[in-house]
Amino acid sequence: MLALPPAPSAPARRQVFVGTALAVAASTTLLGGMLATWLQFRADAPLRESAKRGLIRDWMPEKIVVPEVAANMMVIGLCVVCIMAQWAVYSAKRVDRTHAGLAFGLTAMFGLMVVNAQVFIWTQMGVAVNDGAFHTMFYAITGTMTLLMVAGIVFTAVAAFRFLGGRTKELEVVSASALYWYFLTAAFTAVWFVVYVQK
Amino acid sequence: MWITSADHKQVGRLYAGTGLVGLLAGLVLAVLVAFERIDAEGYQLLDTDSATQVLSAARLLLTFGAVAPLLLGLAVAVVPLQLGARALALPRLAAGGYWMWLTGLGLAVASIVANGGPGGGSSDMVDLYLLGTIVMSTGLVMTATSVATSVLTTRAPGMGLLRAPLFAWSSLIGSVTLLLALPVFIGTSIYLYVDHKYARAAFGGNTGVSDWAGWALSQPFTYLLAIPALGMVLDIVPVMGRTKLAQRSAAYVALGIVSIATLATVTQTMVTLPWEGDTFFANAGEKIADLLPWGLLTVVPLLGVLGVLGTSALTLKNGKPRVAAPLVFALHGLLTILLGVAANVLGSIEDAGLRGSIFEAGTYVAITFGSVTVAFGALCFWGPKLWGRRISDKAALPLGLLALLATALGSIPYMIAGFADQPAGALDGFSYSGPQELWNTLTTAGFALMLLTSLGFIALAAKSFISGESAGDDPWDGQTLEWATSSPPPADNFSDLVVVGSATPLSDLKSASNGKDA
Repeated sequence: MLALPPAPSAPARRQVFVGTALAVAASTTLLGGMLATWLQFRADAPLRESAKRGLIRDWMPEKIVVPEVAANMMVIGLCVVCIMAQWAVYSAKRVDRTHAGLAFGLTAMFGLMVVNAQVFIWTQMGVAVNDGAFHTMFYAITGTMTLLMVAGIVFTAVAAFRFLGGRTKELEVVSASALYWYFLTAAFTAVWFVVYVQK
Repeated sequence: MWITSADHKQVGRLYAGTGLVGLLAGLVLAVLVAFERIDAEGYQLLDTDSATQVLSAARLLLTFGAVAPLLLGLAVAVVPLQLGARALALPRLAAGGYWMWLTGLGLAVASIVANGGPGGGSSDMVDLYLLGTIVMSTGLVMTATSVATSVLTTRAPGMGLLRAPLFAWSSLIGSVTLLLALPVFIGTSIYLYVDHKYARAAFGGNTGVSDWAGWALSQPFTYLLAIPALGMVLDIVPVMGRTKLAQRSAAYVALGIVSIATLATVTQTMVTLPWEGDTFFANAGEKIADLLPWGLLTVVPLLGVLGVLGTSALTLKNGKPRVAAPLVFALHGLLTILLGVAANVLGSIEDAGLRGSIFEAGTYVAITFGSVTVAFGALCFWGPKLWGRRISDKAALPLGLLALLATALGSIPYMIAGFADQPAGALDGFSYSGPQELWNTLTTAGFALMLLTSLGFIALAAKSFISGESAGDDPWDGQTLEWATSSPPPADNFSDLVVVGSATPLSDLKSASNGKDA
């Protein structure tokens, strides 16, 4: 068999980071497609007279009250998660296990807070999933977003266990989990604006 | 253990093997529906409802149960070898993707059998179908992510993206376009699932499934699945032509521009041509602006496929081609993909009046059968690297000719019948007598011939797998890195990492070695 010249060393690999970036691209089209469908349905809804806002699209039933404080807190919470995730990357690069551990813990905690806020919104809105088009689509899109957030928490937990378990040179997973939280923040901001602000 | 293995060759074999089973199942159902179309006024084997469901199942199996796993499986198995990598990137993701895809496909098919699927009568089974398609598509996205990451991160030192083999390049493009397009399908299916299960208020219940998610079983989504097939052709042709690929840069561009179809997968752009007699040139600017999206999303991919054909033809002209099964399958597959993509340009012109007609099915058949034919060629070509033995070239060659005939018969008569307004979906409500009967008979014969070809090919592949002639490490006098390792390769593919200095490293090495000997 002919032999090609051997390479001096293995090339640098960023497989997890690149894979996460591709997963982020896929998740962006997932949510982008869902938001586009939502906007299409809202644009196609018939017009109706609203006591507060005049002539509006008959999309979200008037009796539904969105807990806006909780929705706003979700956006703020996700911004905080990004800072914590980046702090974890910063500490991991310096092999500062104490601060990295703290940052991972806070990332997961704020992530859980955001999921909790979503559950709070579902219970406070009192919307039954079988009440109409708005209702099913509301649960579908916010449910998908919540699943992606739970995946983010699991991802952070995996990164934390790997780093704190002694694999301190494998920083890629830590940066990849931070990248995923940046994506979640941007994605939720879009969902928040379309679903909770514009309604 | 093979069931838990994350070895890319094993995962690739599983994908390709299951894809062949899916192909047989899909073809059996396609023959059944085509047979019913010969005389739909009196159903022979099916009734009105089950005919629609069998049609859905055939499309699902051919698209997601055959073409997608065959091409993705070959990418999983072969691309790391072409890149000089010791393993696939994120191998457990790829293996997990396979099992998710298989579970989802199984659920979707089982639901159709139990009166579910698009237009199904059982509400729970329609829900199960939607759930199955979500799981199945997620599995494919996972594997596509793994393949794309491999091409981006595991290339041998010195192998820039423009030195990557064309199949690896097309797998990157195909995987990225899949992981951009399939999530839109997943999102739509999530909406459909929640709406169908709880309210049926937004998406039209059972009938809405086809309206909202049917695009994933039609053009131009099928183009995305065919992109790796075009790359396979571009890797097979120079080896069989015993020369280097002509206009290599053009080939990279040609593959890239086919992916433009990604943008059209959801919208399925239609156009009304400004043919208005004397007023043709009035408001020319506006008319050109109207034509631009159609031109970009429908005509440009055709130019890409033509580019692949041109590069292949030029390469064969420059070389000394040997007539072998991989080349015959690859060229026939390429020609039929070209037929399908060209037909879709015509089909997307509103004025042609082909929308909703069986013409679309003819286009679908050409692209799907074309992709499968190329995959057969790829299995003949890379079989030695997958299981260490060769598929008999003598026995496979006639099947290559049969595949061309099958595709021509399976697609062209449907295209002709489309001009007579034969509907695409429902079988009843249309007179099938006269010439229509002939077109539908020919199509049925084409499908049956493709089934026969596939059965013959699978028998040959199975014989080769069990007791075929040992292939040797480089049976085709290859040009790229996969031929530099043993057949089948060891667990970690290559004993040493190698440095690559060109797009055809093995050819260069052979030339240098021959020079020294001389």
